Amino acid sequence: MIAQDAQSPQWAKKKFLHDAKVHVQDTGHRTFVQKALGGYFLSRDAQKARYRDWEQARDAASLAKWSAVNRLDELLPLFVANFEANGGQVHWARDAEEARRIILDLVREAKAKAIIKSKCMTSEEIHLNAALEKDGYGVIESDLGEFIQQLRGEPPYHFVFPCMHVRREEISELFGKFLGTPPTNSPEELTMIARRHMRQLYVDADVGITGANFLVAETGQISITENEGNARLTAALPRVHISLSGIEKVVEHLDDLAVLLPMLATAGAGQQMTCYNTLYSGPRRDGECDGPDEMHLVLLDNSRTAILADPEQRDSLHCIRCGACLNVCPIFKNVGGFTYGTTYQGPIGSVITPHLRGLSDWNHLSAASSLCGACSDVCPVRIDIHHHLLHNRRNAARTVPNRWEKFGHQIFVIVASRPWLFAAGGAIFRHTLGMLKRLPVPLLRDWLATRALPAAPRKSFRQQWRQAGKDSL
Amino acid sequence: MKISLFIPCFVDQMTPQVGVAVAQVLERLGHACEFRSGQTCCGQPSFNAGYWDEAREVAIRAIGVFDGAEAVVGPSGSCVAMMRVFYPELLKDTPHETAALDLAARTFEFGEFLVKKLGVTDVGARFPHRVTYHDGCHGLRELRVKDEPRQLLRAVRDLELVECDEAESCCGFGGLFSVKFPMISTAMAEVKGGSLARTQCDYIVSSDPTCQLQLDGWLQRNWRSPTGTIPRTIHLAEVLAGAPL
Amino acid sequence: MKAAVDTIAAGGMSARDTILLRVREALRLPAPMPHFKSLVPSGGSDIPSPHAGGSSSAGHAGLAILPLDVARPWLPDGGDTPESQLAILANNLEKLRAQMHRVADLSAAADFVLSLARTRDWHRVAYHGHALVEPLLAGVPCATYRVDGADAFDKSALEHCDAGITACDAIVAQTGSILVSSATSGGRALSILPHVHIVVATLDQIVSTLGDALHAAKHRGAGRMPSMLSFITGPSRTGDIERILVLGAHGPKELILILVG
Repeated sequence: MIAQDAQSPQWAKKKFLHDAKVHVQDTGHRTFVQKALGGYFLSRDAQKARYRDWEQARDAASLAKWSAVNRLDELLPLFVANFEANGGQVHWARDAEEARRIILDLVREAKAKAIIKSKCMTSEEIHLNAALEKDGYGVIESDLGEFIQQLRGEPPYHFVFPCMHVRREEISELFGKFLGTPPTNSPEELTMIARRHMRQLYVDADVGITGANFLVAETGQISITENEGNARLTAALPRVHISLSGIEKVVEHLDDLAVLLPMLATAGAGQQMTCYNTLYSGPRRDGECDGPDEMHLVLLDNSRTAILADPEQRDSLHCIRCGACLNVCPIFKNVGGFTYGTTYQGPIGSVITPHLRGLSDWNHLSAASSLCGACSDVCPVRIDIHHHLLHNRRNAARTVPNRWEKFGHQIFVIVASRPWLFAAGGAIFRHTLGMLKRLPVPLLRDWLATRALPAAPRKSFRQQWRQAGKDSL
Repeated sequence: MKISLFIPCFVDQMTPQVGVAVAQVLERLGHACEFRSGQTCCGQPSFNAGYWDEAREVAIRAIGVFDGAEAVVGPSGSCVAMMRVFYPELLKDTPHETAALDLAARTFEFGEFLVKKLGVTDVGARFPHRVTYHDGCHGLRELRVKDEPRQLLRAVRDLELVECDEAESCCGFGGLFSVKFPMISTAMAEVKGGSLARTQCDYIVSSDPTCQLQLDGWLQRNWRSPTGTIPRTIHLAEVLAGAPL
Repeated sequence: MKAAVDTIAAGGMSARDTILLRVREALRLPAPMPHFKSLVPSGGSDIPSPHAGGSSSAGHAGLAILPLDVARPWLPDGGDTPESQLAILANNLEKLRAQMHRVADLSAAADFVLSLARTRDWHRVAYHGHALVEPLLAGVPCATYRVDGADAFDKSALEHCDAGITACDAIVAQTGSILVSSATSGGRALSILPHVHIVVATLDQIVSTLGDALHAAKHRGAGRMPSMLSFITGPSRTGDIERILVLGAHGPKELILILVG
C-alpha cells in the first residue's frame, strides 16, 4: 500500500478504471457473483419479514449508534475503565504503524510460536499479516473464507463474504495444492477439509487475534459476531488473546445489542442471529477452567477521528460492517470487490476511504456511482451513504478541483442563467447532433460506443409552446 | 389549480413530446398550465459533479423563476428530486434557504401530483399494450414515489402491467456518470434493460426521460430478442395522454 | 484542527491522550440526527419531506419517542406467555437445524444421553460440574472428561472428545439462541470445541427476547460478569463457499437442546 501510494498521481483512479473495464467484460464472473447473492436476498427478505417493523428497528439501531458516536469523548474512557477493571489491557494506536508495532511487541513478549487469527477487517486495514510474517511469525486465518483468501494470496473480495467470487473447483484445487487433499466438488467436503486442518492449529496456537464488532461501555465487554466458531476457539484456547478494534465501535448499553445483533445478522447475512455472538470481558477469571491468561485490546484511530470531525459524514462511523450496501450495489456487483483497491469495498468503502487514505487519490470512488441510493435504503443504521458520495464530490471540487471540469461547469452556469443562450445552444446542439455523432467528440463518443442515441427533435418544447400561443410571463 | 410546468432541459430539447403530454393530461383534468420560459436547467449536472457553487447560482435562479407558482409539476423524478430534496441542502444556511424550502413544498413529480395532490388515478386513457414500469432511482428513493405510477397505469384501459425481476435496480444513467464511467454504466443498463425486456412487454414506462435515454440506447443497440421485437420506452405522461409514440 | 492536535502530540503526549483529544476536538461541532422514520410526520403531510426531523442537532430529541428499554414491539416476536415462547423457540430451532428434545425429568434426560452415546458410538464425552449436567453422565458407556475437575484443563483431551455437555444461562425464544457463559457452561471451550454440543436446561430458563437475556445476565453478574458470554444460535455454519450453507465449520456440527420439565 505504501509503495503504491508513492506511485504516479491518480494511480488509484487509473487502476480502478482499468480493472472496472476488465471486470465488466467478464460476464461469467458477474453472473457468478450475482447468482451467489441470490440466496442472500431470499433469506434476508424472509428474516426481515419476521420484524414487526423493520423501519422502526432501523431507527433504534441508528439511534444507538448515533448517541454513542456523538458521545465518544465520554463513552470511550468509560469503556476503557470498565474493560481494565475486568482485567483486560488496553493499548492505543494513533495510526496503522503504531497498531502494528503494539501487536508485534505483544506477540514478541508472548514468545509466540503459532498465531491463529479470526476474521478482522481492521487487521486488513493495517496490513497486520504482512507485518507479522515479515518478522517471522506464522499466522493462520481461521475463518474459512479468509483462509481461502490467505492461500490464494488475495485480500478479501467482500468484507463480509471474503471469497464469494471463488468457484468450488478453484477451492478444491487450492486445497489440493496446499493441503494435499483429493479433489472434490462438494462445499460440505471442502469445509470439512478446512475444519480438520484447523483443529490442531487452534490447540497449538499461543496467541489468538480477533477483531471486535461492538465495545460495550457500561460493562467493558467486547462483542464478536461470527458464524463458524473460529473466533470462539481463537479466544478460548491460546494463552494470549489480542483484539483489534476501531474506536468507533463503542455502544453505551449492553441492551443496545438486543437490537444491533439481530439487525447485523439480518442485514448482513439474512440470518435472525449470527451463529455466535460472544461478549468477552478480560482474560480467564479465578474459578474459570479455561481461557487466556492475558487479554489485550488495541484501540485504533487511523483517521477515524478525521471522520468524526466532519459532522456531515460522522454517521459513516455508525457502520456495523454488515455489508448489506455491497450486496445491493450495482457498482459492486458489476465491477467486483478487487476493483476498488480498498480494504472496505462497496458504497461504505467509497464514502470512508477518501477520509482514511486521501480525497485527491480516492474521490473517483465517489464519482463512480449513479447515486441510485440502494445502499442507504438497506443500511440497518441509516447511514446516508449515497448522499455522502455527493458530499465527497463537493469536497473534492472545493479542495482538489479539476481545472477543465470546473471550467465546464462555469460555462454551464453562464448558459443556464440565460434562457436565450440556453435555447440557442440547444438549437445548435439539436441541429448538429447528427453530425456530431460521426465525430470523435469526447463524452458523446463514450456514450455511442455502447449505446444508441436518438435523433434530436426539430423543435424544442419551448418553441412548440410558444407557437401554440400559450406562452406566459 | 394553476400549474406551472417544470420542463427539465433534457425534455425541452430532446423529448418535447413528454412536456406536451403532461400539459394535455393536466388540462384534460381541468387544470390550467403555464410554462415560464425563464426556466432552463435545475443545475443537477453541476450539483452531482460536486460543483455546488456553480449549482447554487442555477438553483437560486430557478427558485426565482417559479416564485409564486401554486404548484410546480415536472415529468422527471430526478429533476424534481433536485428541487425538492437537494435545493434545500444546497442553500442551507444561506439567505435563500427559506425560499428553497418553500419551493420544495410546492414541487411535485408528475405521477405523484396526479395521485397524491389531485387525488386522480383514472385519467380516462386507453393504451392497449403490455407494459412494465421502470422506477427511476431519484423518484423511488428521494421522493418515495413507487405506487402512484402503478396505480395510474392499472387504471388505463386495455393496459397490461407486468413487473420485472430487477424492479428496484438502477438503469445506470446517473448523468455524467454514464459518460465518465461508460463501462460500468453500460453493464448496469445490461442488467436492468435485460430484466425489463425479458418481461416481453411492448413498452417500458418510465417517469424519467433520461432513464429512457439510457435504456433505449442500450436496448436498441444490444438487445437480442428471441421474438425479434425490441421494447421501446415511453413516458408515463404519454401513456396517460393516450397517444403512443 | 488535526494539525493543532498533532503539534501538541509531538510534544510527548501519549497515544491515549492524543486520540482522546482528537475525539473531544472532533465533537465540538454537533452532528445532525439521522432521518428517523418515526420522526417524519405521518398523515399530517401528504408528501413526506426528507427534511422533517433531520436538522435537530443538539440533544436527544428522538429519545422521547424511542426509549431504549421498552418491549421493542418492532423486533421479531419472542412471545409473552410460556406456551407462545416455547412454540416460537421450537420453530426457530427447527429452522436453525438445531435439535430440541423435551424430557420429563433428569433421569429421562440421562436415558436420552445414554442412547445417543450408544448409537453414535462415542468414546469420550466432556462435561462440567453442574447440578443439571452431572446426572446425565451417570450411565454413559464411554469415558468422560470433566473440564473443571481437579486436574488442570487439557485442551488436547477436550479436542478428542466426541461431545460436550453443558448447562446454560438462558434460552431466547425470539431468536432461538442459547446463552452460555464461562461461569455456567464449563468455561469457554467446552461448548465450542467438541463436534456435538448438548445443552441441558429447564423450561423456566426460556426467556422471550435477547433484551431479557442480556438484562438477566447483567443482573446475575452484578458488576462482575463472566469473562465470556455467548449467544449460540444453531450449530456452527458457513456459507463461504459459493454462499452455500454448510453446518459444522469449526464449532459443533450438531446442537442438541434437552429441555427438562
